[in-house]
Amino acid sequence: MFLASLADLSRLQFALTAMYHWLFVPLTLGLGFIIAIMETFYVRSGNEFWKRTTKFWMNIFAINFAIGVATGIILEFQFGTNWSNYSWFVGDIFGAPLAIEGILAFFLESTFFAIMFFGWNKVSKNAHLISTWLVAIGTNLSALWILVANAWMQYPVGMAFNPDSARNEMVDFWAVLFSPVAINKFIHTVTNGYVLASIVVIGISAWYLLHKREEEFARKSIKTSAVFGLVSLLVLIWSGDGSSVQVAKKQPMKLAAMEGLYKGQTGTPIIVAGILNPGKSVKNIADNPIKYESEDAFIFKISIPQGLSLLVDRKTNTFVPGIEDILKGGYTYLDKDGVPKTAPPIEERMAKGKLAVEGLALYQKARLAGDEEGKGLAYTQLMDNFDHFGYGYIEKPTDVIPNVPLTFYAFHIMIMLGIYFLLFFIITLYMEKKAIISKHRWFLYLAIISIPLVYICSQAGWVVAEVGRQPWTIQDLLPVGAAVSGINPGAVRTTILLFFILFTALLIAELGIIFKVIKKGPGA
Amino acid sequence: MLNILQQYWWVIVSLLGALLVFLMFVQGGQSLLFGTVKSKEEKTLLVNALGHKWELTFTTLVTFGGAIFASFPLYYSTSFGGAYWLWMTILFLFVIQAVSYEFRSKAGNFLGAKTYETFLFLNGMFGTILIGVAVGTFFTGGAFIMNKSSITNTLQPTISYWTNNYHGLEAIAVPFNMLMGIVVYFAARTLGLLYIIMQIDFEPLAKKAKSQIKITGPAFVLAFVALLLSLFTMTGYHVNPENGFISAVRYKYLFNMTELIWPFIMLFTGVVLVIGGLANTLFGKGKGSFYITGAGVVLAVWSLLICAAFNNTAFFVSTVDIQNSLTLQNSSSSEFTLKVMAYASLMVPFVFAYIVYVWRAMTKVKMSNDDLLKPDTHKY
Repeated sequence: MFLASLADLSRLQFALTAMYHWLFVPLTLGLGFIIAIMETFYVRSGNEFWKRTTKFWMNIFAINFAIGVATGIILEFQFGTNWSNYSWFVGDIFGAPLAIEGILAFFLESTFFAIMFFGWNKVSKNAHLISTWLVAIGTNLSALWILVANAWMQYPVGMAFNPDSARNEMVDFWAVLFSPVAINKFIHTVTNGYVLASIVVIGISAWYLLHKREEEFARKSIKTSAVFGLVSLLVLIWSGDGSSVQVAKKQPMKLAAMEGLYKGQTGTPIIVAGILNPGKSVKNIADNPIKYESEDAFIFKISIPQGLSLLVDRKTNTFVPGIEDILKGGYTYLDKDGVPKTAPPIEERMAKGKLAVEGLALYQKARLAGDEEGKGLAYTQLMDNFDHFGYGYIEKPTDVIPNVPLTFYAFHIMIMLGIYFLLFFIITLYMEKKAIISKHRWFLYLAIISIPLVYICSQAGWVVAEVGRQPWTIQDLLPVGAAVSGINPGAVRTTILLFFILFTALLIAELGIIFKVIKKGPGA
Repeated sequence: MLNILQQYWWVIVSLLGALLVFLMFVQGGQSLLFGTVKSKEEKTLLVNALGHKWELTFTTLVTFGGAIFASFPLYYSTSFGGAYWLWMTILFLFVIQAVSYEFRSKAGNFLGAKTYETFLFLNGMFGTILIGVAVGTFFTGGAFIMNKSSITNTLQPTISYWTNNYHGLEAIAVPFNMLMGIVVYFAARTLGLLYIIMQIDFEPLAKKAKSQIKITGPAFVLAFVALLLSLFTMTGYHVNPENGFISAVRYKYLFNMTELIWPFIMLFTGVVLVIGGLANTLFGKGKGSFYITGAGVVLAVWSLLICAAFNNTAFFVSTVDIQNSLTLQNSSSSEFTLKVMAYASLMVPFVFAYIVYVWRAMTKVKMSNDDLLKPDTHKY
């Protein structure tokens, strides 16, 4: 049956709720700062125009914020309800950022939210402005902690396995907080929010210009957002480049899926655009190798020679392993300490993983029996093979390959749209400077169409990050199948349906309200 | 050191739980939306007065979840992963609350104002009761099996699972849990009424609240006394600190109070404050009653939650095999993690200070209909 396994259903539920949540969060992340900048203009100039403008965007922010909060609570508790094994296995590390997020970030945003929205008549102008900035900072701080936690799942550092408690435990908080993956992920994700919010503001403002309404409001909103958006996009591109370097080092299979790279080579080209050949199925690597070999990877492609090597290692002749290379092993890579090593085949990693799991079982048995010597031997067996622990749960080598088409297309859609937005911001700023935006209806339509495009781009980014790392909840340590709760698949099917109905209804409500607010306009 | 940190974090988590019960005055107020509060004018005033605070309650719930995940991940894993339906129902009730304030009065809201008011009512009524039921399981336990060694079974690696198909809904049928749910509901409703009296400047509504509290207040006190009687006569589970062996002890929670004394002092003070706060409203001018009663609720709930785990008590008992029960020792995070978080918790007084500042700024003047008509008002 389709999606019969508990792990698939739990993944679907998490994906559904996370994607809904991510429809609202990026706008909050970016709009918070745009509002704060506009209110600063108001406080500095005393011009009531800026207050009116601030309040209009604040209204949009509030509607979006509420539904972001509603969809967010599910995500936090879902780690427990649907991923209970995961919650124990790494809760010692993963839970801490979540708790700190609550204490340091959520209270900041929720407390000052009250002043931001209800305090115009109750506190001074400056106190209100500070509150608005604190809400913006609070939303971004909460993003920091959850992204640190997510980055740790992609690149687990700063921890040690404790065989007595059968879990991973944190030993270096700073390594978790400042891991290069975490830093890149945070910058990349929040700047994505800033770009998204800027496009939304420009798109809505364009609608006013199209209807010849609120010209001053629209033009000044466009100008503020285009500057903010362009600067953010440049940082976004820079952090994206950093992310690709990290993925190449830490998650080579994800990179191979992102690029549809089945066979690696020195001086690997980068795919600019392409259509994958559906006949080239990774399942056939084991099931039908002759068919697999006979099929080309692409039906059509445009590539830049040596581009991928250059991107991930800044050298044109670097070998980038493809899916087959990772399965077979034998290529050279740098380990966590930067030492060159030869990659083992996945089958070998599976065998070592099974030894690690067996070592843990023997350790537990010896501990209960009070057998110190047995404990020592079992501990050595476990720790010698611990880097491969998660592979002990893998049934066949091809199980470590993520969904290639989904990852590939999501990645390339994200990149293409990213390039489009760069051009879009440049054109916007140019036209705004020349004061010709209102005259070009094509541009106004383009700005409105860009709103759904930026959401697609943002969602695609998360698809790359999360689908590309499958089958791991924690890279190399815990696959999704071993992380789920012991619940009935039927229960998860029911909650998926309930979430889908509820969140869709709320999304329709949110859009309905926002459209009405926009139609009414800032002058209302 | 680990022992101290485990206890420290249980105190913090318990405090968050106690503050959550206090802040559920928002839910208590919402439960008045049908029946007590009828006119559109009154509903708008009530929703707006509560709407300035709902975020704080919600954040406390989320932080409570995060803190318990980080400090006692085995509880998070076992209870949430096992009592799936109980927790999911609670979550659904809070999801529908989170949008209702902002969406209720807005044009184009798809479901209509009445639906959002119903959402708020459901959250106020059943959210409080079910959270009480979930808190009750700290004393009555759950039908789970927990074995950390299961992680080595590659075919079935789940370390904890529920042994019945109700997945937590059966907790509602346990009389003590239900009593706890009723107590939390009455506490929330009582505090909600006191908040209305304190914060809303509209005589007909204040009159209704004053009339209602004559029933709800004493009902809360009576239900709480019944809860204490039930708790102090029930069997608890003692953990041998030397070997972790768990055994049943009659009147365990009464012994915890009498042996530790300080939770008893907290409880006693809490009860006195609750009764004092209510008496002040019922027989006096009622000034400060909301805060006095609220402080009493916090102290009382805090002491009970401390009592659930301190003095070598298993705080989440497996009704299937008591040796699988969760204790502070076997369910906590590592010493390092608890220490890191303890440093982070030093920020709590600072957080508390700015919450107090904002609270005071926002509640120094009572809310009236005129306030909602002012041009700068963000109205729910």
